[in-house]
Amino acid sequence: MSKVPKSRKDLPLTPLSYPTFGSMGKTGSWRTFRPEVDYSKCTKCTICWVYCPDAAITRQNDDSPKIDYDYCKGCGICANECPVKAIKMRREEE
Amino acid sequence: MEQTIIDTANHLAGYAAKAARVKVVAAYPITPQTTVVEKIAEFVENGEMDAEYIRVESEHSAMAACISAAATGVRTFTATSSHGLALMHEALHWASGSRLPIVMTVVNRAMGAPWSIWPDFSDSLSQRDTGWIQFYCASNQEVFDTVLQAYKLCENEQVFLPAMVCLEGFILSHTYTPAKIPSQEKIDSFLPPYKSGWSLDVDHPVSHANLVAPDWFMEFRYSIQEAMENAKRLIPEIDRDYGKRFGFEYGGLVEKYRCEDADLVLFTMGTMGSDAKIAVDKMRKEGLKVGSARIRVFRPFPMEEIRKLIGNAQMFATIDRHISFGMEGFLATEIKSSLLGQKDTPKVAGFIAGLGGRDVSSETIEKIAKKSLKWMDTGKVEEETVWVDLRK
Repeated sequence: MSKVPKSRKDLPLTPLSYPTFGSMGKTGSWRTFRPEVDYSKCTKCTICWVYCPDAAITRQNDDSPKIDYDYCKGCGICANECPVKAIKMRREEE
Repeated sequence: MEQTIIDTANHLAGYAAKAARVKVVAAYPITPQTTVVEKIAEFVENGEMDAEYIRVESEHSAMAACISAAATGVRTFTATSSHGLALMHEALHWASGSRLPIVMTVVNRAMGAPWSIWPDFSDSLSQRDTGWIQFYCASNQEVFDTVLQAYKLCENEQVFLPAMVCLEGFILSHTYTPAKIPSQEKIDSFLPPYKSGWSLDVDHPVSHANLVAPDWFMEFRYSIQEAMENAKRLIPEIDRDYGKRFGFEYGGLVEKYRCEDADLVLFTMGTMGSDAKIAVDKMRKEGLKVGSARIRVFRPFPMEEIRKLIGNAQMFATIDRHISFGMEGFLATEIKSSLLGQKDTPKVAGFIAGLGGRDVSSETIEKIAKKSLKWMDTGKVEEETVWVDLRK
């Protein structure tokens, strides 16, 4: 979140947002399905990292993916894009 | 070097975009606008104009391209007409809300159905509430001059709003008249390079026009209203300054002609204002005290200027090349609204004329004036809204 204006004089011309971690809070709580990586199948191609729309996947030192469950909303795009089916979507309660 | 050319209003809009050193042009063809962007294509192709020329797949995309380009802090231009403008509607709000000073030529053409390619103001007046400044021109020269004046106004830090420069299809768009193009050096000194109020920058990433909760939304809306009020103050100043530099001046918000002692004032927009002046001269010779007030800027609406015309006048006649179905012409509504609560206000008669390009000659306007004078004398406006020359 950027700073909250005190009066109209502090307003920008148009609302501007700066890049920040989780301005909407921990959106991982929205998740119904949870992506789980099978590292024995992963080829470290980084396609899941490229496609994640929430930037909730980071690349580890060996290029294998690490999913940030605080912000992953469980959309399943990574599982769909993974060429070797190394990511499975499981219901949260499982 | 200053030059006099003989050309159409559409080509002159193109010359104006070149003279303004526009950096991005989004182009999508539609009759009767097409020759504006064709002229610019010629300038870019032959190297006379250093601009990105983006050929888009629709008018909605044209406006999206202009918004994106303007958001990077460059001077941006496009042109459209009628249904093309209607297709842009949603994006027009994004341009004004993002406070981007895009200038767009709107070549007025009636909205279908039934299909028409001829002019009335139903296209641009349908966009009244989009937060765009609206100029209406009465000559080819005024089109050229107003595009430059519009950039000067819109890029002022007290304004930062987009503007439409409207001209009637065919009456101006495809008609050749002489026009003066000042030297580039003098234009550059009138219109310095654009300095944006905010812009996208890859080194300092931001996203813009984001979600605003109910506790601040009204303040952003009010800032647009303030910018419109500032524009109302600045337009006459810019017009006068332009007149001093280049010899052409248009009365700022309202072009008044022989109004000082007039019993009847005729209100028009666009080219009807030129015919109104001819009609006024003729009637003055007959001893009738008639004046003409051409509304050059419809948004912001020059309420204060209208009130200044109350003086001697006992009668106002509004001539609308437009109808708001189920009501009257917008000009009639705005004029009546300007008069409300003032002392000794004149009576107002509304006339609808020239829809879908039907000719409004000085004789038509004289007929309107004489009917209004009759009602002035009897003290009774017999019809609230008259459709001029409507068949039985």
